[in-house]
Amino acid sequence: MSTQKRTVKYLASTFALCLSCVVSLTSAAPAGNTAIRNNDLNIEAPAVPLKKNIDEDGVMDREFVQQPPLIPHDIRGYQVDKNVNKCLACHSWKNAKKWGATRISVTHFYDRDGNQLADVAPGRYFCLQCHVPQADAKPLIDNQFKPVESLDN
Amino acid sequence: MAKEFIIKRYWKILSRPTSVGLGLILVFGFAAGIIFWGGFNTSMEMTNQEEFCIGCHEMRDNVYEEYKTTIHYSNRSGVRAICSDCHVPKEWGPKIVRKIQASKELYGKIAGTIDTREKFLDHRLAMATREWARMKANDSQECRNCHNFEFMDFSEQGGRAMNIHNQAIKDGNTCIDCHKGIAHELPDMRNVEGWGSISPAHGKGGDSQ
Repeated sequence: MSTQKRTVKYLASTFALCLSCVVSLTSAAPAGNTAIRNNDLNIEAPAVPLKKNIDEDGVMDREFVQQPPLIPHDIRGYQVDKNVNKCLACHSWKNAKKWGATRISVTHFYDRDGNQLADVAPGRYFCLQCHVPQADAKPLIDNQFKPVESLDN
Repeated sequence: MAKEFIIKRYWKILSRPTSVGLGLILVFGFAAGIIFWGGFNTSMEMTNQEEFCIGCHEMRDNVYEEYKTTIHYSNRSGVRAICSDCHVPKEWGPKIVRKIQASKELYGKIAGTIDTREKFLDHRLAMATREWARMKANDSQECRNCHNFEFMDFSEQGGRAMNIHNQAIKDGNTCIDCHKGIAHELPDMRNVEGWGSISPAHGKGGDSQ
């Protein structure tokens, strides 16, 4: 018990030390001239207009093999809770054909222990944990990332 | 003798009114008609206002709060559909029928049928089903007061919406068949046709409780 307590104490103090280092470093950094901001940190930047959600109904390219497919349509007001899952109202295997929607992958029928279930596994129920809509926004910082050849985007 | 005379005299007055009396009756009757009819209509319109609907906490704290997040409350052009636009028919006859039905809700208010959020949620499926049935029966008239298939430019819609709306016209579907829960949260949809997706909270599909 006491060993555990000591470990917790040790971890907490280390964390606090790290935190104070980070705080002192950031406060010591020169105002402005950061990677993302163009303006002085001490001056309130003008608000950037909100980005529009992409609503094109097509299939969006994936950037890496395991990427969860993106949502290519507007999902304002879509309810996903214990009463109802609006996504599955079209994307479940039962309903997909009727609506011409993409069926959810069969991987969603396995629980975390690898057991195959008759329907969507509870751990997969909240679609937006992995699948997200996209806004029409440029990346804030350029990067060199390229998808692998096999994706052929 | 005298009694008979009085009755006769009054009968004479009543059966042969002077033109002045007749004119007075007409004028007063007309004026009273305007006042009563106007008053009736005004008070009925008053019960169609948003302030009236959210005057009771059952509506204000539940459906109204949910509706405030939706497109019928807030949107780019500022056009709104208030409670009565969807829940009360515009035509006089159906409106009176709906208003009389709504008087039953007063008993619910007195009995406190839905006076807490929990009670409201318990009754939500029944209330929603009733409203869906009403809109199905009148071909979603309240939707169509603004959204009419005839005047929809499908080419302005997304591909999804265009295809499904075209199919809906062919199949003779009505708005509420698909557009449920657009202004309020949905109840438990397990047993509602066309939905029926599973939810872990209901103990289906594996290791949930």
